[in-house]
Amino acid sequence: MSLSAPLVLGIESSCDETGVGIVRGTELLVNAVASSMEEHVRFGGVIPEIASRAHLDAFVPTLSAALKEAGVSLAQIDAIAVTSGPGLSGALMVGVSAAKALALATGKPLYGINHLVAHVGVGVLDGGALPENLGALLVSGGHTEILQVNSLTSDVRLLGATIDDAAGEAYDKVARLLGLGYPGGPVIDALAKEGDPKAIRFPRGLTLPKFIGTAQEPGKHRHDFSFSGLKTAVARCVEQYQKRGEEVPVADIAASFQEAVVDVITAKAVRACTEHGLNNLLLGGGVAANSRLRELLAARCASAGITLRVPPRNLCTDNGAMVAALGSQLVSAGVAPTGLGFSTDSGQPVSLVSLLA
Amino acid sequence: MLLLAIDTSANASTALLRSRGTVIEVLGSCTSERGNDHSEVLASAIESLLADASGQRPEAIAVGVGPGPFTGLRVGLATARTLGFAWDVPVHGVVSLDAIALEAAADNPETDFVVAIDARRKELYWARYSSSGLLMDGPHVSVAEELPALPVYGAGAGLYAERLVASGATVVAEFADAHPGAVALGTRALRALASGEALEGTEPLYLRESDAKVPAVMKGKLL
Repeated sequence: MSLSAPLVLGIESSCDETGVGIVRGTELLVNAVASSMEEHVRFGGVIPEIASRAHLDAFVPTLSAALKEAGVSLAQIDAIAVTSGPGLSGALMVGVSAAKALALATGKPLYGINHLVAHVGVGVLDGGALPENLGALLVSGGHTEILQVNSLTSDVRLLGATIDDAAGEAYDKVARLLGLGYPGGPVIDALAKEGDPKAIRFPRGLTLPKFIGTAQEPGKHRHDFSFSGLKTAVARCVEQYQKRGEEVPVADIAASFQEAVVDVITAKAVRACTEHGLNNLLLGGGVAANSRLRELLAARCASAGITLRVPPRNLCTDNGAMVAALGSQLVSAGVAPTGLGFSTDSGQPVSLVSLLA
Repeated sequence: MLLLAIDTSANASTALLRSRGTVIEVLGSCTSERGNDHSEVLASAIESLLADASGQRPEAIAVGVGPGPFTGLRVGLATARTLGFAWDVPVHGVVSLDAIALEAAADNPETDFVVAIDARRKELYWARYSSSGLLMDGPHVSVAEELPALPVYGAGAGLYAERLVASGATVVAEFADAHPGAVALGTRALRALASGEALEGTEPLYLRESDAKVPAVMKGKLL
């Protein structure tokens, strides 16, 4: 095995994407993803049981396609990595069971790794080694977190997180309210371009002084997020228009909602970085595709002297390559594999980059 | 033939069996009784069975396709399918209730009989078998009262004994806590393969849809 550039296969099944990726060190060989997104559209959100069923059906075909496309045989793989959490329990178990079977059949070392840290680790596939003094902002349908990455393989800390809905979840719920279908992110982003972001002043969650405090005496939720109140505010707003018998200004609501989300996310991320001496920020998660988030985050990072790094879109959404990328870094760092006996951990903290044996 | 058998429809259960002609030898087996640790224990259990057999690679895999609680069931299926792919060996599906039926038929019942296991939500997964153990009807999922008035084998019988008896069925006491096990499941598969009988694919027998309801807003009720 090459310790500097190990050949690692990564498996992801924490939500509705079945991903198998293969990397050699920091080089991406293949990123095969099957998604059950279409099956969730009529529900307006991911249904865990439907996602789990889809993972079972998609796993072996996705694995087979990935190996073929990379021109790699299982015997050549140096190690296997799989998302052990956080995520949907039943969905995680499909990927973990398959990964264990693969490790058992091939005799290769297996790492149970952290999904959120993998969103950071994927950065090595686009521009090589990660910089020092690194923060990460992860925004998706399941997560909204600010991380401090002292060491990708051994020291990751949670600076802030949502206390209720994830940002992407808020997009989905608001899209449902506005009759825009699922997923909500792309359609609201597109519609927002036709609306006035200042038309309605929606609340910015956890921005009151009692939550924020000061840099010296931080409030309890200084770097945390909350989006459920915003979602309710949008619902009340829509109801007011309907009660008055007026047409609902969908584009203005979409633009104003998006501005509220993006404003609070970017402001808090930049403040958290500044106060922790982090002059590099990596953006990850599916919502990283949002045009307004990228625009405002880039502007605010530039003003604060923070260098922003955003991996390509297909590496920001859930995928197996990010799991392989983190796995490869763990192998290179000499971290011991997890083995076959671990459980999935739907609430795995970021401090657990990989599970201990 | 060296066969690896896996069933996770109730407990995580695995066995390694060898057939020579019609003689079937159980080389090893392992069953966890906890019922909620499938993904945690199954791979390690298989690993130790194989190690005890000097690391010989199985020539086929038999896996229980349910019915059974979904999350656990998928652990066995994902494991079996992936092992089959990695080893390049065939994976055969077996109705999990057949494992209990095989043992029930050896009890020489005089009539058709029913095998039933817990389906949660106050229901049973069940199927009707001939006295020789051939699947006649099912599997189904229903309340206890809908089972035929026949002897009922399996843990489902123990769970709803009073209600089954009240509706005309009988409970076979010695089988009242029997769960599908990999030894019987593997035996069933080896006998079928020896006699040229076709086995199932590995599609899970969920028998129930997911509980998800389409929200009113998705039907365009609000706007």
